[in-house]
Amino acid sequence: MSKYTPVIGLEVHVELKTKSKMFCGCSADYFGKEPNSHTCPVCLGLPGALPVPNKLAIEWCIKIALALDCKINEFSKFDRKNYFYADLAKGYQISQYDLPFGHDGVMELKNGKKIRIRRVHMEEDTGKLSHQEIDGKKVSLIDFNRSSVPLVEIVTDADFDNELDVKEYLERLQQIVRYLDVSNADMDKGEMRLEPNISLRVGSKQSEYIKESDLPNYKVEVKNINSFKFVEKAINYEVQRQEELLEKGERPAQETRGWNEDKQKTFSQRSKEDAMDYRYFPEPDIPPIIHTKDEISNLLKQVPELPDKKVIRFEKEYSLSTYDAEILTREKPLADFFEKVVKLNKESSVDPKAIANWIINKKIDYSTVSAVEVIKEIIAAKQVAQIDEKELQKFIDEVIKENEKAIADYKAGKEASLMFLLGQTMKKIGRKVDTQLVKKQLKKSL
Amino acid sequence: MDIKTLTLSQAKKDLKEKKYSSVELTKAYLERIKNVDPKVKAFVTITGEEALKNAEEADKQIAKGIDLPLIGIPLSIKDNFSTKGIRTTASSKVLDEYIPPFDATVVSKLKQAGMVLLGKTNMDAWAHGSSTETSDYGPTRNPWNTEYLPGGSSGGAAASVAADETLAAIGSETAGSIRQPASWCGVVGLKPTYGRVSRYGVVAMGSSLDSPGPLTKTVEDSAILLQVLAGKDPRDATTGANAVPEYTKNLTNDIQGLTIGVADDYFEGVDPEIKASVETALKTYEKLGAKVKKINLFHPKYAIAVYTILQRAEVSSNLARYDGIRYGHDRSVFGEEAKRRIMLGTYTLSAGYYDQYYNKAIKVRTVIIEDFKKAFEDVDIIIGPTSPTTALPVGATENQSMFGELADVLVEPSSIAGLSGINMTCGFSKSGLPIGMQLIGAQYAEEMILNAAYKYEQENPLYLKKPNI
Repeated sequence: MSKYTPVIGLEVHVELKTKSKMFCGCSADYFGKEPNSHTCPVCLGLPGALPVPNKLAIEWCIKIALALDCKINEFSKFDRKNYFYADLAKGYQISQYDLPFGHDGVMELKNGKKIRIRRVHMEEDTGKLSHQEIDGKKVSLIDFNRSSVPLVEIVTDADFDNELDVKEYLERLQQIVRYLDVSNADMDKGEMRLEPNISLRVGSKQSEYIKESDLPNYKVEVKNINSFKFVEKAINYEVQRQEELLEKGERPAQETRGWNEDKQKTFSQRSKEDAMDYRYFPEPDIPPIIHTKDEISNLLKQVPELPDKKVIRFEKEYSLSTYDAEILTREKPLADFFEKVVKLNKESSVDPKAIANWIINKKIDYSTVSAVEVIKEIIAAKQVAQIDEKELQKFIDEVIKENEKAIADYKAGKEASLMFLLGQTMKKIGRKVDTQLVKKQLKKSL
Repeated sequence: MDIKTLTLSQAKKDLKEKKYSSVELTKAYLERIKNVDPKVKAFVTITGEEALKNAEEADKQIAKGIDLPLIGIPLSIKDNFSTKGIRTTASSKVLDEYIPPFDATVVSKLKQAGMVLLGKTNMDAWAHGSSTETSDYGPTRNPWNTEYLPGGSSGGAAASVAADETLAAIGSETAGSIRQPASWCGVVGLKPTYGRVSRYGVVAMGSSLDSPGPLTKTVEDSAILLQVLAGKDPRDATTGANAVPEYTKNLTNDIQGLTIGVADDYFEGVDPEIKASVETALKTYEKLGAKVKKINLFHPKYAIAVYTILQRAEVSSNLARYDGIRYGHDRSVFGEEAKRRIMLGTYTLSAGYYDQYYNKAIKVRTVIIEDFKKAFEDVDIIIGPTSPTTALPVGATENQSMFGELADVLVEPSSIAGLSGINMTCGFSKSGLPIGMQLIGAQYAEEMILNAAYKYEQENPLYLKKPNI
């Protein structure tokens, strides 16, 4: 047993899928597009251009916050985060500092552990640099298509002590933003970016939150990871690396690291010993954003039933196993499809459990098959099972008469012959019937 | 046509009555610029070819009977307004070759109204100053005496009007940059309420303060231009949705019962000639039916501290984008004044100093806003001198890093509060330099101050007096 326990917090950036960017009318659908084709004076940060906030993006940010049980600031505002980087068009990023849209939320994990959500805030994405060699010259190119695409940042307290809880949290978060239909959260496209901060404290795991004063005196941030698996690996690597340093009596450096998947290692990117001073101040180009209690409760009404609640309801309402309920609720459209079929099927006697099995086992593609078709199939499958016993016996008798050798083989212990006989019987029946039923009666007749 | 006595409103009438064409008018102004501007240096860029094309187009429209508010009217625009396809430098070499791909909202409104653009006027670089001496293209000279400064930052704009190089000019004020040069050059300068005129496309200085506005020969011309410029802009989230009144129709000449507030602190340390001149103007107002009432306002010196901190903070952030990657020049090209402002602003926003400076300044700003609100419960407008001095000689800003703030002490409080204000000439010094007074109104009280200014102008039409240049 290690004498150390990991202390892990998470920052997650989620790109919203609004049609237009956060502060201008440019299309936010930039992925794979011709560089700098989705730009205008505002997202290029040209002199005099001004940001006008995207109302829908703000509402979506608030919905994410509400889905994470956050409190919403009725009076909120944007702030300027000042720093230099070549991909930052204005020399500052418009973000939120002391009054984020959402704060103090919580996500409960399956093991009952409650992860505190510190804040949910809105900001703009940056441009993208690519370092290339053109005509033998090393150059850095800037693509501003991504500049000012709406980003929501979700920050937890350092409440995790293992990589599996982290993974569950991340999967749930991805599921939630997809349920809200505000982001595709496709990691390959950078629509969800993960930044765990990891340190170790001396002591064993505990159920209470770590007191602020007991947090380690350093923090290592691993930036911009685009896969849950890599987060897991990066955490495990860091825990080991830091433990080795601590054992040698060294304090791990306060720094930002990256994950190198090829080398299966984190690597140092930038020291954070001297805390960056972003010189935040209220964005003078955007008046404060005010939401009334009514507006907030209206947004809350628009938050759909979320997966954790849905699982419990499905178990109760449809007598499903947790396993089935979880599969069906993994994606909202699938859960909706299941319920649609159940609803359509109210009159007939097929029970929801059978519908669930059918959808899960047959891997029904809800995007191509209609609920009505599914019901028809289920009912059809059920009806053939009720083939008349006398009629069935007639076919079986014929098969027995015609296949003496196979019967003899079967009686001699050759199991495969039974399958042959079953096939022959099915052939004679000529339609889809419940094979189990036929097999049972066939066996009885031999 | 005598372009020296011509006003915008008169030119509008003349063009409509086809007394002369826009091309003739434009040529006359381009000729005047050619003759006078080498002495005045009001322009950074003269757009002669463009202007004549605009004028030809305007004449065609006039022939078709199309009536637009500024059809065929030659104007100058301060060089911090983005003009599509026309170099926009904000008088800084950092932007020496920058050609914007878009028009500022003000520019597109003026274009839609039919204006003819004569050129872009000089200013203090990045609008940092009250003299135009910080311009990387050299100082503009005061048309009343070319050994003197025109004020700033809209010094080129004010000088271009005073020297009759244009019918009117568009400038911008953060705190004093319209009113103070208007005062030193003897023209009408209107600083609208913050949010009344869009900032979109105006190279940002102090974003929470910047207010574009007109500099004109007469109050009526000011109203005509404000009519075109004012209104909510979907591209500027800080513009107000308040309805735009009919400014020209509201120049009723009726100021019976108007209560004018006067604060003693605004006369403290002011040149005695200016003091006397403004006091005479107040007597004229009383004679015309207004009441003058003593009021107490916070001493304007507090505004200097607040303004300096807020504006420098915003400047330090606004100038961060000129990082040497785009626009062709790196940060070493910034002038001394810009560097000083970037450093001070960066310092006041830094961790550990934010509460002490920026946050405190924000709080005092609120107090100043409340102070004016209270005052406007008792009075309709406030009158005082615009500047403590008349124009100062060229070179006056040397080693005076707070020059602008001291020159603008009387306009900074109302700027911080986002109020409307107008400068108009109320006299001349013994040395022949114009003396300006300012009429300050509440937010969105442009109608009221324009009307009060109009009344005075009718009584005492000092705009008829011309510099000898």
